[in-house]
Amino acid sequence: MKTFEGKKVIDGVSFSLFEGENLVLLGKSGTGKSVIMKCIVRLMEPDSGSIEVFGKDIGHCRDHELAEIRSRIGYLFQEGALYDSMSIKENLLFPARRNNGLRKLPEKKLYELAEKNLTSVGLEDAMDKMPSELSGGMKKRAGLARSLMLSPELIIYDEPTTGLDPFTSVAINNLIMQIRALYNTSAIIITHDIKCAEVTGDRLLVLNNGKIIAEGSFAEVKEMNNEEVQLFFNQ
Amino acid sequence: MKSLLLQDIQHFFLDVAGVTRFTGLFFRNLFKGRFEFREFINQCYRAGYQSLLLITVTAIILGLVLTIQIHPILLDLGADILLPNIVFISVVTELGPVIIALLFAGKVGSGIGAELSSMRVTDQIDAMEVSATNPIKFLVVTRVLATTLTLPLLVIYGNLMAYLGSYAGLSAYGNISFQLFYNRAFDRFYFSDLLPATIKTVFFGFFIGIICCYMGYYSDKGTEGVGRSANAAVVASSLVIFLLDLITVQITDLIR
Repeated sequence: MKTFEGKKVIDGVSFSLFEGENLVLLGKSGTGKSVIMKCIVRLMEPDSGSIEVFGKDIGHCRDHELAEIRSRIGYLFQEGALYDSMSIKENLLFPARRNNGLRKLPEKKLYELAEKNLTSVGLEDAMDKMPSELSGGMKKRAGLARSLMLSPELIIYDEPTTGLDPFTSVAINNLIMQIRALYNTSAIIITHDIKCAEVTGDRLLVLNNGKIIAEGSFAEVKEMNNEEVQLFFNQ
Repeated sequence: MKSLLLQDIQHFFLDVAGVTRFTGLFFRNLFKGRFEFREFINQCYRAGYQSLLLITVTAIILGLVLTIQIHPILLDLGADILLPNIVFISVVTELGPVIIALLFAGKVGSGIGAELSSMRVTDQIDAMEVSATNPIKFLVVTRVLATTLTLPLLVIYGNLMAYLGSYAGLSAYGNISFQLFYNRAFDRFYFSDLLPATIKTVFFGFFIGIICCYMGYYSDKGTEGVGRSANAAVVASSLVIFLLDLITVQITDLIR
C-alpha cells in the first residue's frame, strides 16, 4: 500500500512476473502505475507490504545488495532521462564505468558495447550527439540503449510511447519485442496506450484507483464484462 | 496573513533540518566507494576557472572604488600614507571574502541549484540511482568539494586584483612607486589577520556548495521548481555567508 497526503495511490496490489514475460500495467494517469515501478526499484518505499525482486526483499536489502539488484534491472524513464551535459556515448558509458563487473574491461570494449546497443535501437549515428539534438523518440531509444549496458534481466518501460506520434510509437513497440528476443529479458511495461499493450504484453494488469481490477491476456481482458475495463478499449 | 507567516517559519526550520541531514549524507558518502575524480576536476573548472573573469573585473573595481572613496577623507586628516594599509586590510579581512563569496553564490551557487533541480525534474537523478550509481557521490560530493576548494583560491586571487586596482587608483593621484605601495600595504599587517579571513572562505565555500546542492537535489517538480531552487539557493547561501561572517568576527575578536 502507498499513500500520498492521505490518498491511497496503491491499495492491495499483488502480482508476480515470470521469467521471459512482458507484463503490461494498464491504467489511466494517476492510478499508481509509476509509483509501483518506483517501489520495485526502491526509488520509493511502500507504506506496507513487501516486494521481492530476484528472490530478495528489496525493502530490507543492504546497500550493496540493492546495488546488485538494480544492476540487473534496466529502467526506461518516460522522457528517456538522458544526462544533459554528456554526449550519447558518455551517457551509455556512464553506468558501465561504475559497474563492478564492466569497469574492469578496457575502454575499447565498453565503447564497442555502447555501439552495439545503440545499433540495436537504430541509433548507430548518434554516438557523438548531445541529448538536446535528439527528437523525443530518439531520446527514448538512447535511454533504452543505456539501460541495456548492464545486460539487465528485467527492463521497466515507463510510458514508452507517451508523447510520440503513431509511427514512432509503432517503432518503439516493435523495438520492445526485438529487445526481448535479442537480450532474453523480462519486462514490465507501464502504459495507457492500448496499442502498446496489445503488441507488447503477454499478460495485462488493469489498474484503477490503486487496485488491480483485471488480469489476463489482451484478448481475455478485452472481452471482460467490466465497465471500468471497457473504458480503456472504447477510447 | 498569520498562517502564511507560520507556514514560512515552518518551512524555514524544515529547511534547516533538511540541510543538516543533507550535510550528514555528504560526509557519509565522502569516503564511501570510488572518488569521482574526473567529475571533481570538471566542477573545479566550472566553479573556479569560469569565475575568473567575473572576479577579476569585480575585484579591480572594488580596489579602485575603495581607494577613490577613502583617499579624500584620509587626505583631509593628513593620513593618506595609511591608505594602502587600510584598503589592503579591509579587502583581505572582510570585503574581499564576503563580496567574492556573494558573487560566487550568485554565479556558481545558482548554477548548481538550477542544474541539480533540472536533473531532478527530468528524472536524471532517479536514472542515476536506478543504474546503481550513487548520485550523492557523483553530483553532491564533487560539487561541494569543488566549491570548498575553489572559493578560497578565488578570494586570494581577488584580493590580489583588488590590491592592483587600489594601486591603479592611487597612482591617479600622483606618483607612487609599486615598492612604496607594497611596503605601506603590508605595514601593520600580520599573519593573524590573514588566517581567520582565509579559514572563513573555506566555510563559505562549503556552505554555498551544501545549500545549493540541497536546494537543487530536493527541488519541486516543474519549471517553477527549477526557478525557485536556483533563487532559494542564492538567497539562502548569501544569508549564511553573512551569518558565518558575523560568527567568525566574534571568534576572531575573542582570540585577540
